[in-house]
Amino acid sequence: MFDVAIIGGGMVGSAIGFGCAERGARVAVLDEGDVALRAARGNFGLVWSQSKGDGMPAYAAWTRRSVALWPALAERASALAGRDVQYRAVGGLTFCLDEGEFAARSQFVQRMHNQGQEGLRMLDRRELAELMPGCPLGPEVRGASFQPADGHVDPLTLLRGLQAGMRGAGGTHLPGAAVQAVEPVAGGYRILREDGSEVAARRIVIAAGVKTTPLGKMIGLDVPVRPVRGQNIVTERLAPILPLPASAIRQTGDGTVQIGVTSEDDGSFEAATTTAALARMAARALRVLPVLGQARMVRSWAALRPMTPDGFPAYAESATHPGCFVATCHSGVTLAAVHAGPLAEAILTGALPDHARDLHPDRFLGMTHVSSH
Amino acid sequence: MFRRTEPTDCTIVWEGRELPARAGESLAAALLAAGITSFRETPVTGAARGPLCLMGACFDCLVQVAGTQNMQACLVPVTPGLVAGIQHGARSFEEEAA
Amino acid sequence: MSVADEWTAGQEATAPVAESVDLLVLGAGPAGMAAATEARAHGMRVLVLDENGAPGGQVHRAVEARLAKGAVEARLAKGAVEARLAKGAVEARLAKGAVSDDQDKDGAKLAAAFRASGAQYRPNATLWAVEPGGKVFWSEGGAARTIQAERLILAAGATERPLPIPGWTLPGVMSVGAAQIALKTAGLVPEGNVWLAGQGPLLWLYAVQALAKGGRIAGIIDLSPPGGFARARPYLMRALKAPEYLWRGLVWQRQVKRAVQVTPARELRAEGEGRLERILVDGVAHAADLLLLHDGVVPNTQVTRAIAGVTHGWDPVQRCWRPGLDVWGNTAVAGVMVAGDSGGIGGARAAALSGRIAALEAARALGRITTDERDARSGPLRLLRDRQLAPRPFLDAMFPPLPEAAIPDETILCRCEEVTAGRVRQAVGLGCLGANQTKAFTRAGMGPCQGRICGPAVHGVIAAARGVEGGEVEPFRTRFPTKPLTLGELAALAG
Repeated sequence: MFDVAIIGGGMVGSAIGFGCAERGARVAVLDEGDVALRAARGNFGLVWSQSKGDGMPAYAAWTRRSVALWPALAERASALAGRDVQYRAVGGLTFCLDEGEFAARSQFVQRMHNQGQEGLRMLDRRELAELMPGCPLGPEVRGASFQPADGHVDPLTLLRGLQAGMRGAGGTHLPGAAVQAVEPVAGGYRILREDGSEVAARRIVIAAGVKTTPLGKMIGLDVPVRPVRGQNIVTERLAPILPLPASAIRQTGDGTVQIGVTSEDDGSFEAATTTAALARMAARALRVLPVLGQARMVRSWAALRPMTPDGFPAYAESATHPGCFVATCHSGVTLAAVHAGPLAEAILTGALPDHARDLHPDRFLGMTHVSSH
Repeated sequence: MFRRTEPTDCTIVWEGRELPARAGESLAAALLAAGITSFRETPVTGAARGPLCLMGACFDCLVQVAGTQNMQACLVPVTPGLVAGIQHGARSFEEEAA
Repeated sequence: MSVADEWTAGQEATAPVAESVDLLVLGAGPAGMAAATEARAHGMRVLVLDENGAPGGQVHRAVEARLAKGAVEARLAKGAVEARLAKGAVEARLAKGAVSDDQDKDGAKLAAAFRASGAQYRPNATLWAVEPGGKVFWSEGGAARTIQAERLILAAGATERPLPIPGWTLPGVMSVGAAQIALKTAGLVPEGNVWLAGQGPLLWLYAVQALAKGGRIAGIIDLSPPGGFARARPYLMRALKAPEYLWRGLVWQRQVKRAVQVTPARELRAEGEGRLERILVDGVAHAADLLLLHDGVVPNTQVTRAIAGVTHGWDPVQRCWRPGLDVWGNTAVAGVMVAGDSGGIGGARAAALSGRIAALEAARALGRITTDERDARSGPLRLLRDRQLAPRPFLDAMFPPLPEAAIPDETILCRCEEVTAGRVRQAVGLGCLGANQTKAFTRAGMGPCQGRICGPAVHGVIAAARGVEGGEVEPFRTRFPTKPLTLGELAALAG
């Protein structure tokens, strides 16, 4: 019997699995096959606090705590992945392309400031040019919000590092089959998988992204999560052109420029790209950096991110199935450091941290779908 | 390596050097005919590379053509006086503008 | 002027593109040319998008230019200064038997009929998206365009299976197919320390063509697994339904072996400082300045794999993925058809026949002919195609793809991102079951070629490392745009 079985091998499940294994627990991470609807593969790679937690102080604090823990996680994940995860806390931007956007963003920054976010401020065009000398910003760029603590990372190398770390600490990775049922047994639970295999564990964590809702029901938790499609574009490798990451455009450590991500909330579980959406994303990116009009895109892809009714994460232990937890969010990269640290610790000790009370999915009872995050 | 069986009718400039060529053939073919196999240095490790497929699929024949970088030499037709050079690593818009 | 007249009037590449079309054909190789010609015979409005600059595909590449050049030379010899790039000249040359090989004859006939068919032909046009409902996007002359197509026949042909050996990324190592393109389009013949290595019909064909043009080859390294004939013998009787295939293959080999040393070998390496300098054949060094590799061809499924709903199945004999098709070439998605080698390797003649058969089915689907007419017209074509396909099992057994398990760890598989076989095997050790998680963990397949070159090799190495059949390993998922285009082109579609 495993100490902890984690259902879901994406960014959230892998971080929790790594954290539990590192603390000496016998861990199994259960995952689907090669083409699972994994948000981890569609992640934009931002380690980001500036837009998180408006109206939900618990989430804002949880995010800030993760950002603070990120440098240590990055160092370990790089060593475990055998390659630099390219974490760069160089500060992060949200570009404003006209007066209207600038005014709206300024109001938002003020609101976040009032809720305790430090460091976040608006930069006008001149300050932006001073921050990024030589960056060929388009004439429409009016300014940006700037959070010096924000940064970016290569999310795929991070995922590799977390999984390698989980295995290296004695954890077991069981990919290739979906979970069909969870049953209580003496001293824990038995998980039945579609390939006929069974996994027994004292504790269970459901970290299954867009599949959280049906799995949550198996442990007596009602967690409404719907898929929101995010499309991404990546260009050919370019010499350095954009030194700071921004909310929809960043230059990766490999030199490619990543443009994203759409937020398509149509309830569809299809992860196809659409030309119309890609064209709109490209058009906005060219208003920020017109020179990119000459850049060749080499790939596009889409992934489904799990979204709760209020857009904030959901963490809970089941009342009916003690020792069974759920953890879901759409910011698996930013929160990877708290998932691998304090959350893993809490799951092993059986008591979720204080913030989690505010992030319990009970808050969705009677709530209709509201999209904000 | 390769020998031409048909006469050349113009010249192109590769890395500042004049090479004989045939208008209309691909730039990659003209370079190969002149004994040149190294077209670029990769952005990953800086290793030298030349064409593999000559049909537009492999992206190993990337060169600079008339100031534009990352051009597939197998898809660029030779025109008299064409100026081309080695692609060094990642494409640079700064260099293209210079 | 009727709609149809308006349509057929525009033959120039610069002609405007209509908003819709009855049939869009991708590719102007034998399958695409034949499909377009047949469809035009039933009055359909046909648009053909071709990446190349002229009809022919890879197998008949530059066939018109080579024939025209031959015609010009013949006329010059007779003192006639004027020469026309006309159908008449092509036919005259065919009649005189002046064309060097059967392939050129087939290609010239197909191209002439295609040119005369009234199909709108757009060369240098790269299709990059097919969206539900038949909306097709392509790039041409640096601009993105779109059209609505009632039916699609995708005839994207084949690509060479990669043959990754240590050192194959050195300048001076190319594919046999590449050398054949250099020969056909630029008249380049091999000379000096030029080696051919690998296996498969194209390797021998190229050697014949190169030698006929006065080229010289230092040697051929035959990497085909031993026992080929013993494996193929059960399929011999069937193959003899089309004996010219086997006969031609034997003639090629005999011709080549008279002029070139052929060495069977198991291991091959390429070495050199910054470029190819020598090859190691089972440990024995030979000076080399050009090494040409070949390990057969596989269907080009880059576009079909990106279309939601089109199924693909693993072909355990040819060890490749091919789209699921009925006898007409229909995929699982209504209106989307596949013809020629991109539906399964059958060779140029089978491709042309399947193009015509698919066009007849498209004509039926659009109400241009009845089901009975389709069946009557396609009956003889299907018999001919069966005959053309008869030798395939024999050839497949003779030349099974080289085993990926034998690829040394240090060999680069993904040339764009410089990912080795060892790195891919390491990812399998981390729990990667298929090509997509492997891509995420290693960057293999993430570069500008979008996995076109390394796809079969990465897939095969994963299957071998897991110890399962290829059909159990997901291949790279492709997505539109399936060819790099500039962000400027893409953004212009935002309106």
